[in-house]
Amino acid sequence: MKIIITFLKNLPAPLFAKEGNNRSVFDKEENTSLWQREVRRDFINTIHAITICLAIAVIFLLLISSASFAATAEDVMKKSQAAFLYQGKDFKSRVMMKLVSKGGQERIREMTMLRKNYGESGGNQKYFMYFFQPADVKDMTFMVYKYPAKDDDRWLFIPAINMVRRIAAQDKRSSFVGSDFTYEDVSGRDIEDDTHTITKEEKIGNKDCFVVKSTPKAADVDYSYKLSWVDKAAFLPIKEEYYDKRGELYKVFTADEVKEVKGFPTITKRTMKNLQSGHMTEVTYLKADYNIGIDDNLFSERFLKQPPKKWIE
Amino acid sequence: MTKKILNIKLVKERTKQLRNCLAVFILLAVLWPSYSFTADFSLHGFLQGNYSANTASSNPDGGDFKWAEERLQLKFDASKEPFHLFLKTDAFYDHIGRKADLELREGYLDYTASTWDMRAGRQILTWGLGDLIFINDVFPKDYEAFFSGRPLEYLKKGIDGVKVGVYPGFASFEFVAVPFFESNNFPDSKRFRMYDPMPDITDRKEEEPTTNIENTEIALRAYRDIAGFDASIYFYRGFWRNPSMMPDNFMTPASLTLFYPELSVYGASLQGKALDGVLSLEAGYYDSRQDRKGTDPMTPNSQTRFLVGYQRQMWEDFTLGLQYYGEYMQDYTEYKKNLPAGFPKEKRLHELVSVRLTQFLLHQTLKLSWFSFWSPSDGDYLLNPEVKYNFSDHVWAAIGGNVFGGGKKWSQFGQLDKNDNIYLQLRYEF
Repeated sequence: MKIIITFLKNLPAPLFAKEGNNRSVFDKEENTSLWQREVRRDFINTIHAITICLAIAVIFLLLISSASFAATAEDVMKKSQAAFLYQGKDFKSRVMMKLVSKGGQERIREMTMLRKNYGESGGNQKYFMYFFQPADVKDMTFMVYKYPAKDDDRWLFIPAINMVRRIAAQDKRSSFVGSDFTYEDVSGRDIEDDTHTITKEEKIGNKDCFVVKSTPKAADVDYSYKLSWVDKAAFLPIKEEYYDKRGELYKVFTADEVKEVKGFPTITKRTMKNLQSGHMTEVTYLKADYNIGIDDNLFSERFLKQPPKKWIE
Repeated sequence: MTKKILNIKLVKERTKQLRNCLAVFILLAVLWPSYSFTADFSLHGFLQGNYSANTASSNPDGGDFKWAEERLQLKFDASKEPFHLFLKTDAFYDHIGRKADLELREGYLDYTASTWDMRAGRQILTWGLGDLIFINDVFPKDYEAFFSGRPLEYLKKGIDGVKVGVYPGFASFEFVAVPFFESNNFPDSKRFRMYDPMPDITDRKEEEPTTNIENTEIALRAYRDIAGFDASIYFYRGFWRNPSMMPDNFMTPASLTLFYPELSVYGASLQGKALDGVLSLEAGYYDSRQDRKGTDPMTPNSQTRFLVGYQRQMWEDFTLGLQYYGEYMQDYTEYKKNLPAGFPKEKRLHELVSVRLTQFLLHQTLKLSWFSFWSPSDGDYLLNPEVKYNFSDHVWAAIGGNVFGGGKKWSQFGQLDKNDNIYLQLRYEF
């Protein structure tokens, strides 16, 4: 902006100066008629104006060109976030999580997940989860109020003693119920927490993808950067690679099945594999549905303690 | 305690069981026809072995175990909107008492409408914010279960009553009415070595508040969100759940009556995000209605109880919980003036500090935890380390210990000094 102001100040006089001030310059040409002089003056002024406009445009372009590519990568991630985590007004699914250890031992986490958006994509959301399996957490419910750029509010209901308690929720990179997915993988990461660049464009299967490199701005994250293959058509992440602090690939996310639900392309099968530990988690969404009209009051202590059958079944 | 009290307890338990079995059968009989075709059913539960061995000294009756039992729990759920029936029944064999028994842990019927609901029957209620510290949680506890190394859920005892929830939108309300008094359960004198101010008097009887309208306990809670904080206010009108002792005469006592003085509690709590963690504040005024002047040495004086708690996730799967708790005695001058000679003198302010550390490992299948109480005012402590491992989705085991000590021979944990134990909990859930 400063550059533009300086530029405007140094402009040749005619554009801004009052006519009277300039008359002396033109008056010296006594041979030309008044009409000719008027035309010439207008012409010169027009040329000046065009030149200046062009110059301003060039400067603007120069100024914003470096940011413009980053904005594109950020746009891709924003669209991806909207398609992946904010689709519809609300969402419900029966979620089957299969945790598989290196040795092949399987553990199952089965829950109903309900989500409702409050405001725009990237804005506040509320989550409600009810656990069916394993047996030792059956009937537990878990509620999250998610805010961008602020710690979540989380509540857990423990049925054995009929108690709702708030739980500390600073570390969004913590494992979600012991799986390879983190809380952030379930409810999303703020776009502003990373710097994004498009590194290349690539085909995965028959899907054309942007490959976006996201580098966390803060150092307290378990990975140094992430590569996301974002489908150009649906903007869903088809694959993600997490690289550790030494730059080695250690976690891989894949979208294994995408189905259209009420017109919204939805990842109904996904896998997160930890290459270093050999542990992996497969997640299947059953009975996924959108815009089912979840009441606001579901997200309350009352229903954490007594989840309504119609929402959890 | 004497046989007489144990017998009274036994009879009471029996009556209670009968009462509840009867209630459940009536419920089932009334509801079964309408349920049988369309209701959803589910049956879950567990098989459990639970053993706790002394490490400091044997029990007063010579035994080496604080607890040794196998237990089967069945949880039966049936629902057909707007009704929901839940039964949680335990069958167990107690190796120390050498007896098998049944216990109805919970058994209730829910009715749910859009802005209110009701739960009638035996139910467990937990109010307040404390971690093993109870101010506005005025419902009965089983301290024997806690000190014996049983799973934590057995610390809570059900109440036999009705709870009505009303949710008009601007706030939520819970009204609880309990017609049948239930005392706290304290460690059995045959299994635990504890302080007894009058050990020579063996003629004791227990008097519980009789069941009538006037003695029906009332508890209220109103709660809502205030600027991102969960705020609650509480009220309780009922009885102290720890017995007071009344000798037949002070000079040469020959018999003791254990009774439960009248109590009202007024309280409030606030919990929310602060200082990168969760901050909890709770307070309550214990109005000892039978001794408002504080002159009766056998009835507890009124108290102000307060709690500050803080919980924070320090790194992945590691949580730190800290609490400071104070119990401030009103009318302390009167208390000191009227305390009979030979009785231990309590301090005006009783303080407790607790630390809880929890670390999950191996995809949250291994849990290492530490819980400790230490009293700055009395100098006694309780330490409870535990390791729990989930072998599979169905089988888990926990090994832990309870270590008591410090303070005086009558203080809260000091008196349990000789009762250190290590315990094993092994459970198959289905």
